[in-house]
Amino acid sequence: MSLTLEQVKRIAHLARIEISDDEALTTQGHLNGIFQLIEQMQAVDTAGVEPMAHAQDVYQRLRDDAVTEADRRCAYQSVAPETEAGLYLVPKVIE
Amino acid sequence: MTQWEVVIGIETHAQLSTVSKIFSGASTAFGAEPNTQACAVDLALPGVLPVLNKKAVDCAIRFGLAIGAEVAQKSVFARKNYFYPDLPKGYQISQMDLPVVVGGQLALQVGQGDKVYEKLVRLTRAHLEEDAGKSLHEDFHGKSGIDLNRAGTPLLEIVSEPDMRSSDEAVAYARALHALVRWIGICDGNMQEGSFRCDANVSVRPKGQAEFGTRREIKNLNSFRFLKEAIDFEVQWQINEIEEGRKIQQATVLFDPDSGETRMMRSKEDAHDYRYFPDPDLLPLAISTDWIANVRGELPELPGQKRERFVSELGLSAYDASALTASQEIADFFEATVALAGKNNAKPCANWVMVDLAARLNKEGKEIAESPVAAGQLAGLILRIADNTISNNIAKKVFEALWNGDGATADEVIDKQGLKQITDTGAIEKLVDEVLAANAANVAEFKAGKEKAFNALVGQVMKAAKGKANPQQVNDLLKQKLAG
Repeated sequence: MSLTLEQVKRIAHLARIEISDDEALTTQGHLNGIFQLIEQMQAVDTAGVEPMAHAQDVYQRLRDDAVTEADRRCAYQSVAPETEAGLYLVPKVIE
Repeated sequence: MTQWEVVIGIETHAQLSTVSKIFSGASTAFGAEPNTQACAVDLALPGVLPVLNKKAVDCAIRFGLAIGAEVAQKSVFARKNYFYPDLPKGYQISQMDLPVVVGGQLALQVGQGDKVYEKLVRLTRAHLEEDAGKSLHEDFHGKSGIDLNRAGTPLLEIVSEPDMRSSDEAVAYARALHALVRWIGICDGNMQEGSFRCDANVSVRPKGQAEFGTRREIKNLNSFRFLKEAIDFEVQWQINEIEEGRKIQQATVLFDPDSGETRMMRSKEDAHDYRYFPDPDLLPLAISTDWIANVRGELPELPGQKRERFVSELGLSAYDASALTASQEIADFFEATVALAGKNNAKPCANWVMVDLAARLNKEGKEIAESPVAAGQLAGLILRIADNTISNNIAKKVFEALWNGDGATADEVIDKQGLKQITDTGAIEKLVDEVLAANAANVAEFKAGKEKAFNALVGQVMKAAKGKANPQQVNDLLKQKLAG
């Protein structure tokens, strides 16, 4: 399997990464190199092996349902570019 | 003329009743000042890691068991990637390939009165995920304001199969699901606050056709009325489009309650490509059989089971049983009343709870849990009707007195206000004789064949008895005397 230039540009757009046509070509080469690696791995017979969802074969720890975080809005908003009435302000977005 | 069949599937987001968020220790309380409940994890500050809330998993297990689904012993969290300012991480943590709940079904009662029918809706899955923040688009000089208090709130997304065939069935499903999540205590069901919101996938097809038509998804319906209105509008719109020779394009639409119309939000072409993949920050979730067994042990009797028991044990109609299991509070009140009034009084208990009490509560905008008349007081009242101490009419007076706090028990009110029914035949006969003597005109009319005159005479006797004479005895005695 390999990616077309079109697909590379679409992935870049979805990831909100701006790339030039030159960069798209280079990236296409890199990504297709990775696909070759994957193809090698896919040649291994994995019949009967259950897929892992994580590199470590352990399960996750859970926490009790308790409020442990206090209000630190002031500290968090001190590094935000713009705030008003406790809200973070961002360029207007309406779908 | 083509006959059209409507096909509806529903996705519901139920906010789980936890005090803290699904992956962080920030509070989930509603109505706080903006961003005061958004911690480093919710803001996606560098270096933070999510840790799953055990109670959220507990809720998912409860739900799975309540709908007879399979609770997955191993499930996996995935990242759903998209960019929006109220989603600081750039992805929502959700579940894709291995959700926590698989399958199950929900039984609904659709329609009213004699036309009630039962419908089984299959569920596809239910999975855990986090909510996004809130964007406010007004009043910020050309900018949007972001409140991240809601970011990270635990949700259970419940997906049905496309099993519903009308907006009424869709509403019945949403209501049954709403009642169930509240019943098992996993969601407060507050629709105004967004704790329970539905998306409806709607398509139409010619009756008899096996394939589904192209569907459009109506997003974020937060009331049962809007759900019905939106589906009805959408169905008519789709039928018109097809009949006028146009094809339905898959799309996401929004319902505007003011115009009663649905309008396109985005078409399939620019639909999101979410690029799901397992979240490397979260290990798979293991749910042991012990855990499932524990939750099963804590599960209350479910509405469906209770409904069946009310029919088989108490002899109620399916409709009554259904109305009395609309919420845990109503069912509890009814059962407490029956426990004291006796099973043979189950039918009058049902009537009092569903009709008289419900109407009174409705009038004052009160919930049954706030009823000034307790189940014990109502049972006491029903017992006095059953043993003929008072008539149904007088009972309404006693009920009103109990409601207003004029007496602690029905017996006390009956005593204090002298409402005990007159059942002594001699006493009633005396009243009947007096009324007959004083109302010769009515008697003559009755003898001339005017049935109405009889009712007037009954009314006179009841009036003379201040409403306390046993109505059946009054009727019998009057008939006897007039015939003689």
